[in-house]
Amino acid sequence: MSGVYVNRFSRTERVLHWVNAAGFFVLLGSGLVLYLPSLAIAVGRRPLVKDVHFWAGVGWVSALVLVVVLGDRRGLLGTARELDRFDGDDRVWLTGGARAPQGRFNAGQKLNSALTAAFTLLFLVSGLLLWLGERDTRFRFASTVVLHDGLMYASLFLLVGHLYLALIHPATRHALRGITVGTVDADWAHVHHRKWVPPE
Amino acid sequence: MQVDAPGGEHRYGRAVFLGTVAAGLSSLFWGRSAWSRVSGELGSVEAYVPLVPTGGWRIYTVSGSMPRFDPATWRLSVGGQVEEPASFTYEQLRRLPRVEQVSTFHCVTGWTVKNVRWGGVRIADVLAQASPHPEAQALQFVSMEQPYVDYLTVQQAAMHDVLLAYEMDGKPLPREHGAPVRLVIPEMYGYKNVKWLQGINLVPSEQLGYWEQLGYDQDAWVGHSNGYGSAPPPPPTAQSHRGFLTR
Repeated sequence: MSGVYVNRFSRTERVLHWVNAAGFFVLLGSGLVLYLPSLAIAVGRRPLVKDVHFWAGVGWVSALVLVVVLGDRRGLLGTARELDRFDGDDRVWLTGGARAPQGRFNAGQKLNSALTAAFTLLFLVSGLLLWLGERDTRFRFASTVVLHDGLMYASLFLLVGHLYLALIHPATRHALRGITVGTVDADWAHVHHRKWVPPE
Repeated sequence: MQVDAPGGEHRYGRAVFLGTVAAGLSSLFWGRSAWSRVSGELGSVEAYVPLVPTGGWRIYTVSGSMPRFDPATWRLSVGGQVEEPASFTYEQLRRLPRVEQVSTFHCVTGWTVKNVRWGGVRIADVLAQASPHPEAQALQFVSMEQPYVDYLTVQQAAMHDVLLAYEMDGKPLPREHGAPVRLVIPEMYGYKNVKWLQGINLVPSEQLGYWEQLGYDQDAWVGHSNGYGSAPPPPPTAQSHRGFLTR
């Protein structure tokens, strides 16, 4: 480590990440109370928990939209472009060539962000359908609950991998510094994101 | 140094995003049958390793706390249009002729649990002790969970596999499934299967139950109500209900 730090994540990116994380955990917690019989029994108050879950979902998505609207939109657009584009090195990286040089985001992070964004949208749609379906049969599909539950399992799977890499795995956990204070060590960045040219 | 990447750039990010969203949205139309096929295949595995932590069940309640069964104070009362209102303790109920049936439990929200083994008593055996008036056309089922009630017509309640269950899968009915006794009517969605039963009243006609007041169908035939299916409800597969009230 060089002791020289370079900016990896802008304030808008970091706020977006943590708003997303906070909302996800509130929804996961309240959702599990609704889903797991043992928790449902221990906590009770299902109508209240349902309200908490519903409004947390509405609040989550609204907060994400608010961060985008009030934040550095041009910067986020650039980030989205970075996340969208996979080059030959990314394909090598994904097929097991972990040494293939990577940009600011490695190919795994690009995949994770695409899936997370898709899951968020699907969570929103299926959650609204569950809520509306309780009020009007036109919005009732037999598979809505399967989709909503499946998303929970899939995103839990992503989350476990994400937490392992961010908190435990020695080679990657330095990245946590980037998403909290914004900067990472220049040497670390050079090893893990060789093609990335940090801003001056 | 910028190394030229082999093979050029591809917009896989948006492809993954759009593909996942499309798959997810289309699963609204195939997800349930796919899942039931998968869980059918995995049924033998699941006997040993529960793949989903719930055994397929979700526990729905409508009030602040889940009713608790106290054998000392719990009674099943039978009232309304009857000659002599009756009341059963848990022990008295268990002494009535025991019946058993295996059926699939369908929730209107889309989940099902296959092969649930219920043990309990026939409604007719409970009603008999109160001598219902023949003009009663419907039964009101009152839950300990206030304000949950629901109704069946006399014909519906007389179907052969309707019972008051005090056992589930060979064990006393667990608290979360409505201990000590719940109504089981497999032909109808779960919200008709009133949990934590404490009273049955004979009434002149069906009224709207708890969920029906919130817009759910009064006759909750599985696959033929609440926006599912377009066919008219199936005629009761039941025995004749003649003699149901009078034995």
